[in-house]
Parts: sequence; structure tokens; C-alpha cells
Amino acid sequence: MTTKLFGAPVQRREDPRLLTGQGRYLDDLGRDALAAAFVRSPHAHARVRDIDVSGALDVEGLVAIYTWEDLPERVGRALPLLIPHPALTHGRTAYPLARDVVRHVGEPVVMVVAADRYAAEDACALIEVDYEPLKPVVGIEEAVQGAQLVHEDVPGNVGAHLVQEVAAADGRGAREAIETSPHTLAFRLDIERSASMPLEGRGVYARWDGRDLRVYSSTQTSTSVRMAVAAALGLPLPQVEVIAPDVGGGFGVKIVHPWPEEVLVPWAAMTLGREVKWTEDRREHFVSSAHERGQVQYVRVGFDDDGRVLGLDVTILHDHGAYTPYGIIVPIVTSTQLLGPYKPGAYRVEFTAVYTNTVQVTPYRGAGRPQGVFCMERTMDKIARYLGKDRTEVRAANFIRPDEFPYDQGMTFQDGRPLIYDSGNYPEMLRMIKELIGWDTFERRPGLGIGIGCYVEGTGVGPYEGGHVQITSDGRVHVSTGLTSQGQGHETAFAQIAATELGVPIERVSVVTGDTRRFGYAVGTFASRAAVVSGNAIALACRKVREKALRIAADALEADPGDLDIADGIVHVVGAPSAAVPLSTVAVLANPLRYAFDEETAKATQFATAAAPDRPPVAEGEEPGLEGRDYYSPIRSTFAAGMHAAIVETDPDTAEIKVLRYAVVHDCGRLINPMIVEGQIHGGVAQGIGGALYERMVYDQHGQLVNASFMDFLMPYATEIPRVETGHLETPSPLNPLGIKGAGEAGVIPVSAVIASAVEDAEGIEINRMPISPSELFELRMG
Amino acid sequence: MKPPPFTYHAPRDLPAALRTLAEVGGKVLAGGQSLIPMLNMRLAAPGHVVDINRVAGLDGIEVSRAGVTVGALARHADVERAGAHPLLTWALKLVAHPAIRNRGTVVGSLVHADPAAELPAVLAVLGGHVRVARWDCGRVTFREIPAAEFFVGPMESAVGPGELAVSAFFPALEEGSGAAFHEVSRRHGDYALAGACAVVGVAGARVACIGVGGGPVVIDVGGDLSSAAARVRDAVDPDDDIHASAAYRRHLVGVLAERALRDAAREGAAARGA
Amino acid sequence: MEHEITLVVNGTARRARVPARRLLSDCLRHDLGLTGTHVGCEHGVCGCCTVLLDGRPVRSCLTFAVTVDGAEITTVEGLADRDGRMSAVQRAFAECHGLQCGFCTPGFLCTVTALLKENPAPTDDEVVEGIAGNLCRCTGYQNIVKAVHRAAELLAEEA
Ligand SMILES: Cc1cc2nc3c(=O)[nH]c(=O)nc-3n(C[C@H](O)[C@H](O)[C@H](O)COP(=O)(O)OP(=O)(O)OC[C@H]3O[C@@H](n4cnc5c(N)ncnc54)[C@H](O)[C@@H]3O)c2cc1C
Ligand code: FES
Ligand code: FES
Repeated sequence: MTTKLFGAPVQRREDPRLLTGQGRYLDDLGRDALAAAFVRSPHAHARVRDIDVSGALDVEGLVAIYTWEDLPERVGRALPLLIPHPALTHGRTAYPLARDVVRHVGEPVVMVVAADRYAAEDACALIEVDYEPLKPVVGIEEAVQGAQLVHEDVPGNVGAHLVQEVAAADGRGAREAIETSPHTLAFRLDIERSASMPLEGRGVYARWDGRDLRVYSSTQTSTSVRMAVAAALGLPLPQVEVIAPDVGGGFGVKIVHPWPEEVLVPWAAMTLGREVKWTEDRREHFVSSAHERGQVQYVRVGFDDDGRVLGLDVTILHDHGAYTPYGIIVPIVTSTQLLGPYKPGAYRVEFTAVYTNTVQVTPYRGAGRPQGVFCMERTMDKIARYLGKDRTEVRAANFIRPDEFPYDQGMTFQDGRPLIYDSGNYPEMLRMIKELIGWDTFERRPGLGIGIGCYVEGTGVGPYEGGHVQITSDGRVHVSTGLTSQGQGHETAFAQIAATELGVPIERVSVVTGDTRRFGYAVGTFASRAAVVSGNAIALACRKVREKALRIAADALEADPGDLDIADGIVHVVGAPSAAVPLSTVAVLANPLRYAFDEETAKATQFATAAAPDRPPVAEGEEPGLEGRDYYSPIRSTFAAGMHAAIVETDPDTAEIKVLRYAVVHDCGRLINPMIVEGQIHGGVAQGIGGALYERMVYDQHGQLVNASFMDFLMPYATEIPRVETGHLETPSPLNPLGIKGAGEAGVIPVSAVIASAVEDAEGIEINRMPISPSELFELRMG
Repeated sequence: MKPPPFTYHAPRDLPAALRTLAEVGGKVLAGGQSLIPMLNMRLAAPGHVVDINRVAGLDGIEVSRAGVTVGALARHADVERAGAHPLLTWALKLVAHPAIRNRGTVVGSLVHADPAAELPAVLAVLGGHVRVARWDCGRVTFREIPAAEFFVGPMESAVGPGELAVSAFFPALEEGSGAAFHEVSRRHGDYALAGACAVVGVAGARVACIGVGGGPVVIDVGGDLSSAAARVRDAVDPDDDIHASAAYRRHLVGVLAERALRDAAREGAAARGA
Repeated sequence: MEHEITLVVNGTARRARVPARRLLSDCLRHDLGLTGTHVGCEHGVCGCCTVLLDGRPVRSCLTFAVTVDGAEITTVEGLADRDGRMSAVQRAFAECHGLQCGFCTPGFLCTVTALLKENPAPTDDEVVEGIAGNLCRCTGYQNIVKAVHRAAELLAEEA
């Protein structure tokens, strides 16, 4: 490998188009398409008695109005429950359009198609839906009481219930271990709802040519949307293509599929024989996509004089909103990743996922980890406070030691595989973060506090991803993978991998993601898995191509493949640079031709090559062309880790909270592109600070989301985000060929825990609920 | 989120604008930075919109010894740049973000009368007025509404149907007095949770508070600044909302009034060379 | 009723027939096909739709196209040189990794272009304040701030 691009801060290849307005986001496509809009429920819980569309029929530009009754049986079915789980005994999903009952404000009831979005909204405003309001269930406590039901057939509003237990070495359970511990603490923690909130909402655009359906969707998984759409519309898979164009951020919400609109828009395009497009607006995004985070946690912990946790017993109430299309991934992740870098003596975790008449809950960057980390890190701080010890000392006493890897936590992770950490070095990481923030020299005073938070993140979950690599006769390398990109710089990172593996200049490599025309098999972009799973798949595919290239070149150069190397796109004999053949020629030689199109291809025609007459032009077991496809299917997740620390200042009079410094040390194995990884960390931290100090979804008792706008849902601007200082540690993963771990979610995970820790330190008041606003801090001070 | 349909009028001069308003009623469109969000969310659906952006002669910023007169089309950014009145300039930096200030108008902000907006407090604390015009029996008539009568309630000003606010007058600070504005907002540029602007002169001190009542709450604190916070807290009547409790707002506005008064007093003293 | 308007967009006079309620953002994107200007909230908070109106950044989602009939508008498509070379601000964003998904980027580019014209050597606080009306959900702003300083440097070098 001569072209050392792996590990270099290569500038992004997607940038020139995105910087000049040449990006192609969903709403940039289909200029002539009809526009769809939806009448959405204004009630949190109601029975739809009647829909009167007559008032809308005269709207100029109106094309069609559809209610659930207009949908064919197949299209009108309840949306799939994507990830079933034995503990999810009462999984429920919505219908593409409300069938009898609406269960949250924003649920789609009527679809309107019109000449443009203005006309479509005019029509929506004139459609009258007669609702019989039902009593809504809002908030975890009300859901748990079970007096009112979100789904008539789900008793107690309980969708899922799961207990996981890891016994201590002596076989005792957590509860028993706590009983006999020298010290115990019990407390309750609360985390409120937030949401992914990408700046580009969702969107779907469909074209039907009478036989084939092409769907563009602002999605994190085009291959899965394709299967879901084909299934819902009853089309053979080869007749459906799904493309994720440039996507303006995802952060989890766009992994869910199919959204009602992903079924309805293509169906309308087929029914009408016209192109149809739906572009979600911001208000729709607030009430009709997904939220996350909301949990109540009851914690009991037993520990010894050193702060070592002997038993930990956590009971989680998880607000799942109205539906569970993405299964119970979030509370499972919370339950398992709660353990972080620690090894409690015994652990018991129980969660109950309850339905409420609010927007459904599906993963948002971090996907349950921020809640788990909040729980564990608050626990560590409380133990330290109780024992009068330094908070980092208590953490260190509980760390898994570097010589204990691979470390089996004895649980089942979100991918159904054992929770075994592959590698890590937590004591070193703690030393680094303490040094970076100046922990030991920090001078505490009222109104100034320091906080810390540690996490471990299972990344790169399976089942698999694939990569296809083709070298064409012009020497260009075309890489494709099925998963999608939402700003993570995959085009660059994957090009770096390919350029490094193949020994070609990166300028000659192009990468396509999320286009089922190019690669049909994929899972999707979530769980910090793209670099790990697709990255390794692409590396493996490149290795196949490289091997074939060397074999063909060896033939041409009459050398041994073992003596060959590729540099700058040229295969040469090591030590004899004049004996060389460019990859473009190898590509020509790999594809015996009858017809010539240009000078290069002429070299591969029947009378030009000196192919052995006693062998077929394409040898047995070979394929024409210089291309390769391979898959990477990890045996289990890799475990990245990080530690964050912050210094905050609280105003004694106004109770404003200001983050003065924020430091991050993280370890995601080998780095493909440190610039991109650092960018992921920055973005995650900003989202974390949003979640810690600014963002929350506020529902009133009627189930109305009262802050459904950017005026009142407070995503931080530049003025709210401190400078982020970073340090890196690299413990390569032994699990995959490239030694990498995922980094996409790292930044966001421990932020609420860190800020709570720092505010508590500054104020001397226990912080058990996040986010925290100046008003809430004021109320806490008042007692 | 697209505005509902409306009939559009773009008069070129004041009489035409007023005639149109008299004939069709309709909503005045100035900078649009408050009206268009409401239209986009379909929270308002006026049958007629009277766009005053082409009306000649409304964009003036006139400075005299007595004070500053700001025309209905003077944008926040222009008034801020003109720097004609220290308190107004201070307050404008607290209004939204530069891109909003490039369109939004000072007069529009007064008419919009958001209880958390900064500029109404400035007008109120200075005792300024708004000049309003209407079409009356074939001619243009004007009336001046003093600040104390202008802010009727939350999102409600004294500008009546068919009327156009043509300018606002912000009296200059008296010789030897100082002014200051302090607020706390959740994010930089957001409407304030609470705020207070103060003018302290030889004769006494006044403070106008925002975010703690239906409009700017003006309190004459006289010469005794030490008990000002308590008096401000007594005078205001804040509500709970999703961003802050009433108790916090009451506490906060006291802190901010104290800070504003202290800064204004210091500035006044400096101006007097004391 | 439709209105015939002319906008001078990126130096070229463009005519369009639009109803009065057509937002400038929609007019640029859908009537004129300039999809580089993005729409993230349609209520003035995110800044994705920021364009330069007679040289000043404004929210195109809070402006009716008819209101600005006759005005000069610069969009992200008009920031590069005539020969297609990216502007200093655009190059600085690439160099400093000031964008991820790129959805907020056109708004930032327009804002920063105007900011540096008015203040060619801003302090750190002035940079943060200057971009504080634009939301980015991806970058955490760190590299955007860097990019603004870098753009100021490039502009100074190239002046
Ligand atoms: C994201 C964002 C943040 C903001 N933050 C703040 C903030 O922190 N503080 C703050 O004070 N404001 C804030 N604003 C509002 C901004 O200052 C507005 O510009 C201002 O409130 C209204 O001015 P306008 O010219 O845009 O009025 P428009 O939106 O055009 O009109 C507002 C209302 O006033 C009426 N009106 C306007 N002018 C006249 C007139 N001359 N005569 C009669 N009626 C008239 C209109 O009919 C309408 O009802 C914010 C706006 C946005 C979008
Ligand atoms: S789209 Fe205009 S500010 Fe968000
Ligand atoms: S780069 Fe994605 S929102 Fe800014």
C-alpha cells in the first residue's frame, strides 16, 4: 500500500457540490411533480367519525383526496413492526392514514394531492373531519396508571416488559447483593423528550412509468424502503428502485421505514400516473415523525467503602409514544449500555415500555445511551458524594481493566448477540481527560463547577453491509455500497479506503451510496455502523479486485503476482518500476472484447490479444471485468468509548448556566479520516448540549405539543455552544480487518450526564432531572 | 407551511395606502418578520394584505435635539446603524438576529406589541409616542398616541382598523442621564424571558420591564435605587410558560431591573462628569 | 391573481409570474429552479433560506417575492467567480470542514459573505455573533467558526 490516505484528514469530496448549491436534496428533485399534503389530527386521541371533503373540491389545482377507505387493502394495512422482540408482547403500529382512531396530534388522516403545495394546503384547510375526542394519555406516570388506554387492547398501556439480570461472581443477584452491601443509595432520575430534528425534514418523491417505480426518499435506508414499498404495493422487487439523494441530516429519525408517506406517495403516483412529491414541513416534522429520550429511572445501588458497585438495580419506565414501529431498541440499548466502562458486581435491569398519546419514539443519535449513561454517571457521582471521594476515583475503582478484554458483560445486546467488549483502555482515557480539563488543578468555588461522564458505545452492529468496486478501462474506480449518507462524509472516507487498498489516487475514486440501482443489499445507516461495516466490506471488495488485478498484470508482465504492487494506479514489479502496467490496461485485459470503441478497448479485442488459444477467453471460475463485490458481517459489535468533562458557571442571581469549557477524549479505534471524526464529535456534543440545557418536547395535558416550532424548541445556535477541545486514543478493534470502531454517536452520549455533574458541583444541589433551564435551577435553589 | 391566499395591494404613497386600508381593511405588511411566520403557519388569514414597502417617504430616521423619529419603513438594522439614540441602539442589538433586523421594522415591532419585545419597553420608558394616520372623509388625518396608551395588551396596540402607524418618536435622554437594557433570553437573539430597561437622570429613575405582563410594565423608582428590585417584583404580573415559571420571571426581572438601573446610573453620573 | 415580477438574481434579470403569497424561497427554488437556497423551518429561525437582498442577508422564507420585485438577489449559486472558482468563503468552508450534510450551508455562506464584507477582520466573538442566527444540526459550529476566520484570511491575502 503506497497511497497512504487511510488516516489522513482528506478534504471532503462531497463539498464542492454542496458549497455551490449543486447538492440534490429531495425537494430539489421533481420540479414538475404534483405536491402532497396531509390533514393531520389536531387531537391526541379521538375517534374519526366522518370526513367531509366537499368543501375542498373547488380548490384550484386540486387533483385528488384520499382517506383510509380509498386505499386498496394492501396499501391500507397497518405499517410493519420492523423489529419484533419476544418482550414486545403488545407491539402496535399505525395505519398509513388513520383508520378509526387517531392516537397522537399529527397523525395523518387525509392525503391531498394538488398542483403545488400551496393549493394542497388550501384543500387541507377546507376538509372537515368530525372527531369524537377520547381522553388522552400523556406522560409516563399517567400511562403507568393505566386508567385510560392508548390502545384498547393493550392493558395497562404496557407494550413491552423485560428483565435482564447478571449475577455476581458468587451467584447472587443484584437485589441480594445490594441488601448486604456496606452502603446503599436509592433515587429517581428523569430525562425528557427531545428529537433528531435534522434541518431537512423527511420527503418522498415517486415516479411511475407504467412498469417501474422509482422512489426518492430522504431516508437512512434506501434498500429497506425498497423492500417495504414493494411489499406494500405488491410490486416485484426488481420493479422498484429507491434512491436516497443528498440528505440534510438524519440522526436516527430517517432510519424508520416505511413512513406512511413512503407508501402513500408512490401509491398515489401509480394511481394517478403522475409524479408526486411530498416535502415535510417543520411543523409536520415536530408532530408526525419521531421523538426520543423520555424515561423515568428508579435506581438502587449497593457499594463498598472504595465506591466499588456491588449491586445495581435499575427500573426504567420508557415512554414509547403511540406506536412501536422500530420495536424496543431504545430501552434495550439503555439497559445494556448503561453499564459503560464499569463492571458492577451484580446488575438487574427491568424496563417497561408504555404507550402514550404522543408522537412515537424511535432512535435519535445515541439511541437510548444518553439515558443509560445519565443513570450510571449520576450513580457514580452520588456514590462519590456519599463517600466524600473524588468522582474520578470512584469511577476508576469500577473500570474494566485493560487486561480484561474481551470483556463479557453477560447480557444480550441490541443485535441479539452477547454484550462482549472487544477492546479499550479506560484508565488511560481517564488520565487523558483529567489532564485535558485540568481536573486536579481545578479551583472550585460557588457558581463554578466541573463535571465528568464516561460511556461505552456498541458500534458497527450487523447483520452486514456490502461493497462493490469496479475499475473501468479509463482507470477510474467506482465504489458503491447500499447504505446511505446524511453528512458523515462517506464519499470521502470510503474513497480513502479504496484508494489506500488499491493504490490509486483518490481523485480517481468515486463513491455512490444509498442507490438501490447500484447496490441492492444493505441494512442502513444507524448505530455508528457505516464506517465499520460498509468500510470493511469495501476494503474486502477492494482486496478481491486487487488480487485479480495482480493476477492479470502478472500474466501480462510475466511476473509472479507476489512480486507486484500497485502505486498511483500502476501495477509494477517491486524493485523494477519499468516493468509496469496501468490499472486501466489491466481493466481492459480483464474484459475480452469483440468490439472496439476506442484505443483502450481495441487492445482487448480478439485479434489484439495474445490469449492462449487452448483456453477460453474468460477462464473457468473467472468473470469478465475488473470488479469485485464483498460483504462484511461482523460477528458482534465493536465497542468505542469516550470520556467528557466540562466546566460550567452558574449565575448566582439569574441562574443562567454557561458552559465555559468542554473537553472530549474518545477512542473509536483506527481513524479513517480524523477531520471527519472530529466533526462528528463536535456535532454530537452540540446536540448533547441542546439536550442538556435547551431542548425538550413539551406536551400539555391534552396531548398538544405546545412548542412545535424552532421558536420554542430551542436548538442551540453558535452562541450557545462552547469551544470543544478533543483528545484521541486509538485502541484498534481486533474484530475487523481495518481495526475501526464507529464514531457517529459518540459526541452526544454523555453530555447530559457531564453537565448535570458540573452543575451539581457548582451548586451543591442534587441534579436528578435533565434538561435543566435557568428557571428550573432557580426553583431547585428555592428548594 | 404556506400562506393562505389573499388579495395584495402595493400602494406607492401614503394617501393611496390609507385609502386602501379604509376601503378593504386588511393587514399591513411592513418587514413581515412577524406577520409572515403567522401566515406561513396559517395562524392568520387576512383577506387583504396592504404591503407598505413601496410607500414613499416612510423610511426616514430623523434626529433632532428632542429625539429620534423613526419612519414606518426604517428597518431595525438601519436604525441600529444610525446609532441615533443610545438606548434604542442598545435594545436593537437584543432584537433577533442580523438577518431579521435587516427586514423587520421598529414601528412594526411596536404595533405588533409582543409583551416580550424590547422596543415597546424603550418607547415606554422614554415616554415616546407613535404617530398614526388614517383616511378620513377624503383626506389624511393623523393622531399621536403616547406610549402609555399605545400598548393595550399582549399583541395588541392602539392602532385601529384602517390605521397606519407612520412613525414613532423616541425622546432623547435628558442631559446628564444614562440608560441601560438588560435581559435574559434562552438563546441569544430569542425573545426575552424577562428584561428591563432603565433611564436614570437627575430627577429620578424609570424602568420598563418586558416579559412580565401584557405589555411593557413601567415603574417610576424615584431616587431610591436600593429598593427598586423589590418594587419591580411587586409591580409585575408574570405568567408561567414552557420556558420559565412566573416565580422565576418575577425574581429575574428584579435582578435585571437592578442591573439596568445600576448601569444607567453609572452612565448618567459619567455624563454629568460626576 | 398572479403578478409579473422581475428579480435580478446573481446578476441576471429573471422574470416570473407568481401569486402574491409566493414566498421568495419558493420563487427562487421552484419558479426559477435555483434549489441551492434551502428551507428548514419557514418561520425565520433556522436561517437555511438566507439570501442576500441588495447585498444584505435576509430570510427568503419571510419575504414575499412580489415585495422585492426589481431587487437584486444573491443566492449560493451566485457566490463563485464568473469562471466558476469558489469564493474565499466557500473554499474556507471546504478547507475547515465547515459542513457535513450541507443543508444549512447555503444560508451560512450568504450570511458570512455579507459579514466579512462589513467586517473583514472579525474577532472570535464577532464571528460567533455574526453566525448566531443560523442553525446547524451537524457541525456543532466549531469548524464553521474556524472557516469564517480562514475566509477572512483568504480574503485579506487575495485583496
Ligand atoms: C426568528 C425571529 C426572532 C425574533 N426575535 C425578536 C426579538 O428577540 N425581539 C423582538 O422585539 N422581535 C423579534 N422578532 C420580531 C421582529 O422584531 C419583527 O420584525 C417585528 O416584531 C415586527 O416588525 P415587522 O416590520 O417585521 O412587522 P410585520 O411582520 O410586517 O408586521 C407585524 C404586525 O404589525 C402590523 N404592522 C406593521 N407595521 C405596521 C404599521 N406601520 N402600521 C400598522 N400596522 C403595522 C402588521 O399588520 C402585523 O400585524 C423576531 C422575529 C423572528 C422571525
Ligand atoms: S427556512 Fe427561512 S429561516 Fe428557516
Ligand atoms: S451541515 Fe447539516 S445542518 Fe449544518
